[in-house]
Amino acid sequence: MTAAAIAAAVRSGERRAATVTEASLAAIAAGEGEIHAFALVLADGARRRAEEIDAQVAAGQDPGPLAGVPVALKDNLCTRGVPTTCCSRILEGWLPPYDATVVKRLAAAGAVVVGKSNMDEFAMGSSTETSAFGPTRNPRDTSRVPGGSSGGSAAAVAAGFTPVALGSDTGGSIRQPAALCGVVGMKPTYGTVSRYGLVAFASSLDQVGPLATTVADAALLFDVIGGRDERDTTSLDRPAPRLASVVGQGVEGMTIGVLAEYLEGADPAVAGRIAQAAEVLAAAGARVEEVSVPEVRLGLSAYYLIAPAEASSTLARYDGVRYGLRVDAEDTAAMNVATRSAGFGAEVKRRIMLGTYALSAGYVDAYYGQALRVRTRIIDGFAAAYERCDALLGPTAPTTAFALGAKLDDPLSMYLSDVCTIPTNLAGHPAISVPFGTGADGLPVGAQVLAPALAEATMFKVAAVLEAGAPAVGAGS
Amino acid sequence: MTDVGRVVPEDAGGAWEMVVGLEVHTELRTATKLFCGCANLFGDEPNTHVCPVCLGLPGSLPVLNQRAVELAMAIGTALHCEIRPSTFHRKNYFYPDMPKDYQISQYDEPINVSGWLQLPGGRRIGIERAHLEEDTGKTAHAGSSGRIQGAEYSLVDYNRSGVPLVEIVSAPDMRSSTEARAYATELRAILIACGASDGKMEEGSMRVDANVSVRPGPGAPFGTRCEIKNLNSLRSLGRAVDYEAQRQIALLESGDAVVQQTRHWDEGEGRTVALRSKEEAYDYRYFLEPDLVPVVPDPAWITAVGAALGPLPAERRARLVALLAGAVPAVGEGFPDPDVGVDAEGSPGVSDAEREQILTVVDLGLDGLVVAAVAGGVPARLALARTANEAATDAGAAASLDPGAYTTLLGMEVAGTLSATQVKAILSDLLAHGGGDPVELARARGFEAMADAALVTVVREAVDAHPAEWVRYRDGEEKLAQFFVGQVMKATRGQANGKGVVAELERLARE
Ligand SMILES: [Zn+2]
Repeated sequence: MTAAAIAAAVRSGERRAATVTEASLAAIAAGEGEIHAFALVLADGARRRAEEIDAQVAAGQDPGPLAGVPVALKDNLCTRGVPTTCCSRILEGWLPPYDATVVKRLAAAGAVVVGKSNMDEFAMGSSTETSAFGPTRNPRDTSRVPGGSSGGSAAAVAAGFTPVALGSDTGGSIRQPAALCGVVGMKPTYGTVSRYGLVAFASSLDQVGPLATTVADAALLFDVIGGRDERDTTSLDRPAPRLASVVGQGVEGMTIGVLAEYLEGADPAVAGRIAQAAEVLAAAGARVEEVSVPEVRLGLSAYYLIAPAEASSTLARYDGVRYGLRVDAEDTAAMNVATRSAGFGAEVKRRIMLGTYALSAGYVDAYYGQALRVRTRIIDGFAAAYERCDALLGPTAPTTAFALGAKLDDPLSMYLSDVCTIPTNLAGHPAISVPFGTGADGLPVGAQVLAPALAEATMFKVAAVLEAGAPAVGAGS
Repeated sequence: MTDVGRVVPEDAGGAWEMVVGLEVHTELRTATKLFCGCANLFGDEPNTHVCPVCLGLPGSLPVLNQRAVELAMAIGTALHCEIRPSTFHRKNYFYPDMPKDYQISQYDEPINVSGWLQLPGGRRIGIERAHLEEDTGKTAHAGSSGRIQGAEYSLVDYNRSGVPLVEIVSAPDMRSSTEARAYATELRAILIACGASDGKMEEGSMRVDANVSVRPGPGAPFGTRCEIKNLNSLRSLGRAVDYEAQRQIALLESGDAVVQQTRHWDEGEGRTVALRSKEEAYDYRYFLEPDLVPVVPDPAWITAVGAALGPLPAERRARLVALLAGAVPAVGEGFPDPDVGVDAEGSPGVSDAEREQILTVVDLGLDGLVVAAVAGGVPARLALARTANEAATDAGAAASLDPGAYTTLLGMEVAGTLSATQVKAILSDLLAHGGGDPVELARARGFEAMADAALVTVVREAVDAHPAEWVRYRDGEEKLAQFFVGQVMKATRGQANGKGVVAELERLARE
């Protein structure tokens, strides 16, 4: 059942939120042992919240557009009084004294939070294997990773634990796991969703976004969480989005570019699915042409300077002084070192060191500065493509879900998993991954729709056409 | 300021010239902190004015305080700076009283650049920049020493964390400790006039670091500099700058080199001590703060901030000089242009003592009393003297005096209703009570009766007691009037009006 259908049924009194919540908790109880989608399941809180929703409906009030909809929250979204760990030892025991803005907006829309979902530690990873609480397994094949870093959120939706979830996307962390788990995942235009209460990885790239089973549900969630927030200076001063209604409007007359560079390193079966997706769009009345944006080839290397540079600064505050883990030592500086050595995992340490180096005196211009110049070039490259095209099409990830452990000891190969998603973050643009058939291994393939800044409406229309024309997951080509 | 522009210190044989630049941090008097809504208040229970933002909690984001931007622009305007679009950077280093382990500060694109400050002596000191940044918390080290070494544990108070600061960086334009002190004094008065700061150095709301170097003489290349920290008063600033210059001269004269260092001023020992050398300096890894957007004040806003700025110390001194020269103030009249040579020093018709009085009165913000009194008919010199010498003894109370009551009081002295001594006594009553009606206070002290009938009696008694002097006075020896005034004052314990005594003597002599 989709979030939209659940909300409609709860608002009309046809179904009780309590019933919906119990179904979600029962699905979690049955499957969570194997999948491990959650860092924390909030059964009691969810039941209390569902009772409130039902009481509102009984009193003739409207709980909102997500009335009674069970939601999983990535564990880097602050929840008041509820542990928020980013799946890192260093935040163990920390209870945020406040809710993230997106959490408040979900609550105001009547959603029921059922748990905090598993993730790569501080969102640094593409497989959810760097979580301090152990990996999440892909519900489509439990020997495979769910992708990452929002792997818990993607798995929760794919496993049917919740119809929707929130993730965060810094270099593909919503779209790549959505693709690998066969669900819809959307990264909004930078600044359209508040980052207040999202524990930062790299502030200039991070954006909160929805994961869902349908494009319409993703649009519904985006409408709820989007819009200006006075607590986030980088949030754009625009009215809240109202896109749920535009999803089905079709692509007739649009020009869609198939992004050549994204097919270069893609698995042939994945590339084949994208060609098939292009045909679906053409059949629906879009003009489809091949487009080249050579600058996107530079995205990965620029990203692995910019994101770690910001992270090296943003993660400095985990020093053992105020909250979270503290490992005592003879003086404050030694305590800082001991705490951070014990509290951070290997991938986080690797990125802090990369970023510290990239910002160091004597190197900052050659590394961080150069990466910023590349970022500008990527933005310019996309702009040129968008002079001709309304949206771009490509794979979300170059491969389907890989085996647990396959890339954990090979960071470069792991990083390459985000090669098709990173340029969007560097540009600050929106993009969405829609399930589009399977690869040769029978695992889901994600088709990615990229759009210019603030062109979410276009993006959702294209995504909905792909969704309607997609081969069923599990079906052969 | 006789040593302005001269070779200093003079006992160095005149060979060496001191070069000083100052970095002044001032806390802004905003209601709330720079990036959150917490109250900007000190002295309360530790950690009572904190929130997720100023504690740097995960997920929190800064939101820039527009009032802090306004005050920074006011400072920039007062210092004749160019006000520009600006950005914030992160300055990264680990310190327990800095909750994010980076400081948000303006770096290569500060809000104010390229200004100047004119010393009362007339010389202009360049202002390189005046930028916004956030303050840190405060650490207290528990244990015998009170210092970090050997402390058993440390406690951190984050009430000050995120308080807005403006850092004002001067050009290396000062050439003596006297000039450095004059600059700091004038800057403090400007900051207070802008409403930006309370200027309290001892309480740390204004903090001064000095960059000191010496060179063989004017025009020679700058020497290696040292930065002196922990200057908690103007006196410390002057002493530390002189000490440091002498230290560097001694090094150079014995053939050693000055090492670029940050040094700590030890007020008790009267010397500077090395903290860290250039090689040990932090690599702050500055980069653009991605959680904030650029500050781009529109021209109308900049103009409005400038228009709202009250008269600055130089203009206010110029106005007092003009009053001494006989200008009559009118309500709403513009102040004289401070840049056309009417500043206190070197102004014709103003004595050294009056110049000092003008500096004092403007420094303490009491010039409004003088202006009001003159507008009320009190001669400018009397108003200035009473304000600088009497009201200034309790500047805090004087600053909140009702100018009308003050004018009434001085007017009673002018009219001869009260003696100078009586006026001073009533002024001290006004200051002690935080105001009051001078007429009532004079009546309460029984001062008014002295003015008429009682005075005649006392003068007559003085004349009768000193017949020889009286004869000499009556025969034209006028200076003996002061002898009789003195006798009357003695008899009345200073409560008689001198002019009234002389008038009565003259009347008696004509009889
Ligand atoms: Zn605060």
